[in-house]
Amino acid sequence: MFRFLVRRVLGAMVILLLISMITYFLFFALPSDPALLSCGKQCDPQNVALIRKNLGLNLPIWTQYWHYMVGIFAGRHMPVGDCPAPCFGYSFANQQPVWGTIADSYPTTLTLAVGGAATFLTIGVSLGLISAWRQGTVFDRIASATSLLGQSVQIYFIGPLAILLFSTKLGWLDRGHDVDWAHDAWGSVTGMILPCLVLSVIFWSNYSRQTRSLMVEQLSEDHIRAARAKGMSSRYVFLRYALRGAMATIITIFGVDLSAVLGGAIITEVTFGLHGLGLLSVQAVLRSDLPLEMAVMLIGATLIVVCNIVVDLAYAFIDPRIRLA
Amino acid sequence: MKSSTRAAMEPSGPLPGEGQNPDPADGLEVKTSELVGRSPGRLAWIRFKRDKVGILCAFTVLGFIVIALAAPLISKLYGKDPYQLYGQDRGLLNSYGTPLKPNGGIDGDFWFGLEPHLGRDVFTLLIYGIRTSLLIALAVTVVAVIIGVLVGLVQGYLGGRTDYFVGRFSDLMLSFPQQLFFIAFTPVIVALFVSPTDDEPTYVRVVALILVQLILGWMTIGRLIRAQVLSLREREFIEAARLSGASGWRIIRKELLPNIWSTVLVQSTLLLPVNVTAEAGLSYLGVGVHNPTPDWGLLFQSGATYYDSDLTFMFFPGIAMVVFVVAFNLLGDSVRDALDPKTVR
Repeated sequence: MFRFLVRRVLGAMVILLLISMITYFLFFALPSDPALLSCGKQCDPQNVALIRKNLGLNLPIWTQYWHYMVGIFAGRHMPVGDCPAPCFGYSFANQQPVWGTIADSYPTTLTLAVGGAATFLTIGVSLGLISAWRQGTVFDRIASATSLLGQSVQIYFIGPLAILLFSTKLGWLDRGHDVDWAHDAWGSVTGMILPCLVLSVIFWSNYSRQTRSLMVEQLSEDHIRAARAKGMSSRYVFLRYALRGAMATIITIFGVDLSAVLGGAIITEVTFGLHGLGLLSVQAVLRSDLPLEMAVMLIGATLIVVCNIVVDLAYAFIDPRIRLA
Repeated sequence: MKSSTRAAMEPSGPLPGEGQNPDPADGLEVKTSELVGRSPGRLAWIRFKRDKVGILCAFTVLGFIVIALAAPLISKLYGKDPYQLYGQDRGLLNSYGTPLKPNGGIDGDFWFGLEPHLGRDVFTLLIYGIRTSLLIALAVTVVAVIIGVLVGLVQGYLGGRTDYFVGRFSDLMLSFPQQLFFIAFTPVIVALFVSPTDDEPTYVRVVALILVQLILGWMTIGRLIRAQVLSLREREFIEAARLSGASGWRIIRKELLPNIWSTVLVQSTLLLPVNVTAEAGLSYLGVGVHNPTPDWGLLFQSGATYYDSDLTFMFFPGIAMVVFVVAFNLLGDSVRDALDPKTVR
């Protein structure tokens, strides 16, 4: 277990190092001159030279990268100002430390991710379980048709429709706004319900389909028949035996989806105008704010890698046959 | 769904109706043809033809492809193009920019109505938009599948160190946040071709979009193919081919490829709609194709701006996309059932 963890963490660090390298070099070493980008369209050569010096862009690319990586762990002194420990540099667009901007927008993304993930996992898995339990009934058919439809809609289509229907016309739900847990906890909850629901639609259909087919497959296994033959109740066999067998696959998909939404559900945030990591990254790209893009990319990649390790650990708890070595 | 699976599992005897042919000569012919072995592809085709949903979806998908390819022809017949600002020119918009006529300005002239504010024709915008999105996605899918298959074959067939390093490389690529990668690197790739101060031609952006989606597009199918090749490699017929002195290239081409093409076909059918919606998503976010080039995603971008005042504008693009994705997903399922009758879903 311990050896597994050490090996995976080391592997993850190598991957993250490579990703940071690739991203840094693509952003800062390619012909798209960062100094020119950060300067805007109307810009005289003097300004460009000044920016280049301030950002340390006149140094060789390896030195720049080294400074950047050291800055993340130890902080660094930059000509524009002092940048404490997790230093991802200064934004080209608003000259603020990147880390502060990200920390400000992360609560919204985190709330959306956790709320959305809880919603789609609950709805998807329970629909799948009921469908598998009542195979071939009307419920099963309706559920699979809904899943197909859910899989085929896009947030940028149903998002505006949902706002119009549930918020403007019916007035049931808030149209979605940023969270502010410290000052307005209740408003944070109500402002997130509609975005979470809309976000969950494109995910839960996958869970219900997967859960259903996994359960159907599990129920035809020999150990299930043996358990039934011993006289265990159907419900016990279904929930304790079959569900456990299906769990490993569900958790794998969940890990992938969760890491994706934790890194910022970009389209949902843009559609609802939520100022989270996703909207931030789109704005960063539109303004060519390379340091901000770089930071968001690194955070997203870290989340993916960490979630992968957590999923593998979770396997061992669910399925004792899987040995981590 | 269950019945279609069961139908597919039946041994493919004569089709219903064929046996009760009154003409004895024809009946005889059916019998003799039954003795002739049928190729797996032919069997799959027979199974597919029985699947009514699959046929319907295949026609829908074909319809979309025809619309995409024939968009210039259709708009010529229809008599409008997606760049003219009909609403402004002919005074069909009110002072807020919404169409004067109800339902988004739908009438005999403008079948799907007018775009608010600019007053472009929604019908031509949609068919040209489908054309842009579908062609980009098609290019991405085809090339990504080819790369994926090649990588998977090489990994599975060569094994050993090649397999290890290519595998770690695909792990690395899978650790990039996908959507973020697309939006962040599209400008970088564009900057490779044109300087940031110059105006970029549309085709550069299209090429950049294709490239950026390709870079992260091949890993999933590569892994599937690798796993399949790994299990096929140990089978007797491959061993036999190797013992009889077949070259590696021949084994890959003649022994391995025919066994994986069903996976390839199914995966491509499932991948295409994903790529279409991803491309549309990028344009929706403002980092894909730019105005005035018509694009499916751009329609949703303006739709999101105007949905409060003019919902009809988004209606047709939205419904078209839902129909498109549903048809493709169902077609993917049908193709899978036809090619591999053992799968349960």
